Amino acid sequence: MQIYLPIAEVSVNAFLLLGLGGIVGILSGMFGVGGGFLMTPLLFFIGIPPAVAVATEANQIVASSFSGVLAHFKRRSVDLRMGLVLLVGGLIGAALGVQIFNLLKSMGQVDLLVTLCYVVFLGIVGGLMFLESVNSMRKAGKPGAVPTRRRHNWVHNLPFKMKFRTSGLYISVIPPVLVGVSVGILAAIMGVGGGFIMVPAMIYLLGMPTKVVIGTSLFQIIFVTGFTTMLHATTNQTVDMALAVLLLIGGVVGAQIGTRIGVKLKAEQLRVLLALLVLVVCGKLALDLLLEPAELYSLGAPGGH
Amino acid sequence: MFRLILLLVCLALPAQAETVVAGLSQKQVAITANFDGSDILVYGAVKRNAPAPDGGPLHAIIAVSGPLDPVVVRRKAKRVGIWVNTDTVEIDAAPSFYAIATSGPLTQVLSDTEDLRYKISTERMIRSIDAPQTVGDSQDFTEALIRIRRNNGLYQLNESSVTMTDETLFSASFALPSNLTEGAYTTRILLTRDGMVVDEYKAILDVRKVGIERFLYTLAHEQSFLYGLLSLTIAILAGWGASAIFTLFRK
Repeated sequence: MQIYLPIAEVSVNAFLLLGLGGIVGILSGMFGVGGGFLMTPLLFFIGIPPAVAVATEANQIVASSFSGVLAHFKRRSVDLRMGLVLLVGGLIGAALGVQIFNLLKSMGQVDLLVTLCYVVFLGIVGGLMFLESVNSMRKAGKPGAVPTRRRHNWVHNLPFKMKFRTSGLYISVIPPVLVGVSVGILAAIMGVGGGFIMVPAMIYLLGMPTKVVIGTSLFQIIFVTGFTTMLHATTNQTVDMALAVLLLIGGVVGAQIGTRIGVKLKAEQLRVLLALLVLVVCGKLALDLLLEPAELYSLGAPGGH
Repeated sequence: MFRLILLLVCLALPAQAETVVAGLSQKQVAITANFDGSDILVYGAVKRNAPAPDGGPLHAIIAVSGPLDPVVVRRKAKRVGIWVNTDTVEIDAAPSFYAIATSGPLTQVLSDTEDLRYKISTERMIRSIDAPQTVGDSQDFTEALIRIRRNNGLYQLNESSVTMTDETLFSASFALPSNLTEGAYTTRILLTRDGMVVDEYKAILDVRKVGIERFLYTLAHEQSFLYGLLSLTIAILAGWGASAIFTLFRK
């Protein structure tokens, strides 16, 4: 069934969009990532104009994250206090990021910088996570292995300490706010929720337990992407409601399924899978930069990217 | 006396011995939610006050053009091992859709000078004035634009697709693709003989969104804050709805 999208001004197959939404939704529920880093390139691929894809994707992430976070709330795996602290940072970061994005756009190289951002961050995050989780899986496999005690590093010696009971942490608010700001900046530049950066940052920098990390990340993503959606809708008019509805119907159902799959998997397995996924996307984007494209020319609207 | 006759002949000659009478199968194309392309039939006849003049056979060229918009064409080149956009050319006006149907090979049906005058071929239709001095080969950018849009089905050249009966009746059908944009589409019909244009006829085809497509588009542009809030509300409701339904299933 073909459907004509009013803002994107292209006709696409409705079932294709439902399916894409569903697959990305499952991943979103499993790993606590918004799925934007997968969906946005997929939308480019099926012919949605980039500006519309990025803006609409933000709207869809709101739906799938909301659906996912409700499931996490029922299991009490959301650290609300930590989420709010991250959110404060995230909104500041997103506002900064939009300024940086517009600056890059006026310089005319925004596409390249977005792709480079993706490759660098996905590569680092995916690589580190993969190594770490493979190591811990190997250790867990040995009989009589002693679980390593959580180390105290510089993060624990900063002022403004706050108790995060759900995460079992008593740390300064400065690191979470900084994590929020940097993820917000990257999220606005890369046009994604930023979960794939936030999740590892929460695990490795803040030392939060993996199960809490996913719900808390989803909670924060809802607000950051909601903010981004409003920015895109009011400044560029690039949010396509018809596209968003189709993606999010698939997405919310997928997120529910994904959350239930996530419960059944061990934390290490979950991390290895997410790491592999991140590395695959990173590799694909790196190849696009390194290999000669089939069409050297590309079309764009004046002033846009 | 001779001069007077000559003057009269001169006046009489361009008073078109052959004129076009034409019509479109529809005046309007409505883009609905399940719009999947559309077919347009352009048909017409040649009206003559006198027997057909001598010379080559009569030909018809029909060109349907979407609204003209500026386009930015970028070219990638390898820099420090990676492919990046290096050169940019802004094309002042290119039609969002352009289809030509002719009753014979375009170069034979229309002479180059007449093409220059009437701007029929795709290359002539695209206007590019101020290419930056740094880009020496701006022609490549125009060609790239045509190539990309041709691959998307937006630019079509269908030679010999106009059926001409007894040098009087003609018709051609156009397939409008599903990725059509809104606007006034100009349909031009040219009659040619020996490469020279005998008569020209223009009609406007109105392509516009209707129903929910129209509503959403207008809302997004005129009430963008409301539109954004509505999008978010739908997202939140959908997220909550899916969660509620799945909870019910588990009980």
